[in-house]
Amino acid sequence: MSETTLGGIAGRMPKFLRRADPAVATAFACIVILLLLGSLYSRSFLSPEYLLQQLKVASFLGVIATGMMLVILLGQIDLSVPWSVATGAMMACAAAAYGHAGVVLAIPFGILCGVAIGIVNGFGVAYLRIPSMIITLATNAVAQGLMVVYTGGFSPQDSATAAMRYLATGSTIPGVPNGVIIWALIGAAMVFVLTRTSFGRAVYGIGNRERAAYLSGIDTRRIVMIAFAVSGGLSAFGGVLLAGYASKAAQSMGDAYLLPSIAAVVLGGTSILGGRGSYLGTVAGVILITLLQSILSVMQMPEAGRQIIYGVVIVAMLLLYGRAPASR
Amino acid sequence: MKDWRYLMAEQRGTLLALGIFIVMFIIYTTNHPAGFTANVVQTAANKGVLLAFVAMAQTLVVITAGIDLSVGMILLLTNCLASWLVVGTPFETTLGVIAVLLAGLVCGAINGAIVIYGRLQPIVATIATGAVYYGIGLLLRPFPGGSVNEDLADALTGKLFDVIPTSLVALLVVVLVVWVPFSRSVFGRAAYAAGSSETAAYMSGVPIRRGKFFAYMLAGLLASIGGLFLTFFTYTGEAAYASGNAYTLFSIAAVVLGGVSLFGGKGSAIGAIFGALAFRTIGDLLFVFDFDPLWQPLFQGVILLIAVSLGAFALFRVRNRLEWFL
Repeated sequence: MSETTLGGIAGRMPKFLRRADPAVATAFACIVILLLLGSLYSRSFLSPEYLLQQLKVASFLGVIATGMMLVILLGQIDLSVPWSVATGAMMACAAAAYGHAGVVLAIPFGILCGVAIGIVNGFGVAYLRIPSMIITLATNAVAQGLMVVYTGGFSPQDSATAAMRYLATGSTIPGVPNGVIIWALIGAAMVFVLTRTSFGRAVYGIGNRERAAYLSGIDTRRIVMIAFAVSGGLSAFGGVLLAGYASKAAQSMGDAYLLPSIAAVVLGGTSILGGRGSYLGTVAGVILITLLQSILSVMQMPEAGRQIIYGVVIVAMLLLYGRAPASR
Repeated sequence: MKDWRYLMAEQRGTLLALGIFIVMFIIYTTNHPAGFTANVVQTAANKGVLLAFVAMAQTLVVITAGIDLSVGMILLLTNCLASWLVVGTPFETTLGVIAVLLAGLVCGAINGAIVIYGRLQPIVATIATGAVYYGIGLLLRPFPGGSVNEDLADALTGKLFDVIPTSLVALLVVVLVVWVPFSRSVFGRAAYAAGSSETAAYMSGVPIRRGKFFAYMLAGLLASIGGLFLTFFTYTGEAAYASGNAYTLFSIAAVVLGGVSLFGGKGSAIGAIFGALAFRTIGDLLFVFDFDPLWQPLFQGVILLIAVSLGAFALFRVRNRLEWFL
């Protein structure tokens, strides 16, 4: 009866529509609406150049949000993003000052510093059982302290290497920026890991109920630790790309990426409680946030207004589809 | 005898924080070039009280097993607002103070409404509302500036009878007027119950929603009192993103040092106050030992890291490995 009719209607829809998560669909619908609103304001919003430019800007956030998503899928959160980004950028630029070997090792060294921050986070969460929100805030403060001591409180003078600039601003395939290619590669790897490997299944399992995952023989603590290390590494890589884009590192370059990365993941339908969400949603969330930022800056909205609209939009969208079930 | 033991067990965190604070303060004053004088105490009190207000605000929310990452931004917003409103004749100043406190109350109520009635996760919700509050603060004060009624400011940051710092007295008054009635009311108990086990509290008919809502609202109020005092100390309003974030971070550190459980249902604002005072004193230890101020952020970060890692000792008491996973 009602179930069969529902099944009948759904059965006639194309397969990808039937399987689509309502949250992901909403996020994509919002992207389309934003683009249409933007095109009312200015014709160039629908031009390929503008859209590619937006994808390029989105790729930095995309890389960072990928790590954030892995951690959120576990039901944890990584608030050390701001200074993981800055540490990655600063350390990569700093390594570049040490001769030829330094230039070659700049990018791996920057990422490694991020991984180190992530390992401290992961150790605290997985083995010491400290709430992730707290330990990541603490490592963020420590990373900030280390960088302040290292730079003397000023923006460092070292500049990015040619390789970093090429990764962020060049284009190997004509017309497609390298940043977008990197994001696509990282995204593809993430989709593979999440859907085709036991690690990915374990991540979803831990996010749903860590106790059950542990009882079914998963070394949950190792998985949590690895996830945090990956998140730290990806944040730092995002920082390396940003440093390449601006050709140097800056003190508070990571501050602008904490809220957007969490928002992108959550707006993409990933449950903040963990265990549920798809990478496609995160892609939608990242593009949505980047477009929102871009439209606000094209409209020459001052920083204050941007922050307000931003916060309001995130709360409003979460109220639309990110609510927890009522306690009954 | 038995009552006494229960009371000790209940207040263990608070007493530990008090102990840490006293030890740190003795180290601080004995190494301070001026020694233990009324002026040294006044300066230390003025710096500590600011954080103490924010830590109290954080405690109220943490007790309900939530977290408020917007307290620092409410502090900034009310600081900017106070630099416009708390000026002029005594009557205008009074109205200004009331308006600033109301603004804090409204910010807290918005947080509470979104978290409780909107059923969003406190972390994400308060980061987002924090961005809004920061934006409004920046709208009010795009550049640092403004002024404040200096008579009131001097009165509240000076010394009473040339000995007792007035800010400490103000802190005591706020504790007696806000914290004590709240923690003894039905709503306060509901906040504790919701933090300790929301399902059990719901089943026993405790008004958890109203209790949590009150906790968030009063947290906004306490943060706005902090914002008022910040204006009294600096005479200006400034919307600096980094300083708002620092206050949020330090409030969490103070709460942890003060023996308030981040899982909710345990601890008191009194403990958080001593935690805040202890954290400030530890941060200032660097100055009396003549270190480069550049090391202060790292030093504070390491203290925070150690403080939060101390909670890991509870793992030794765990008999069943499954209790690792809450």
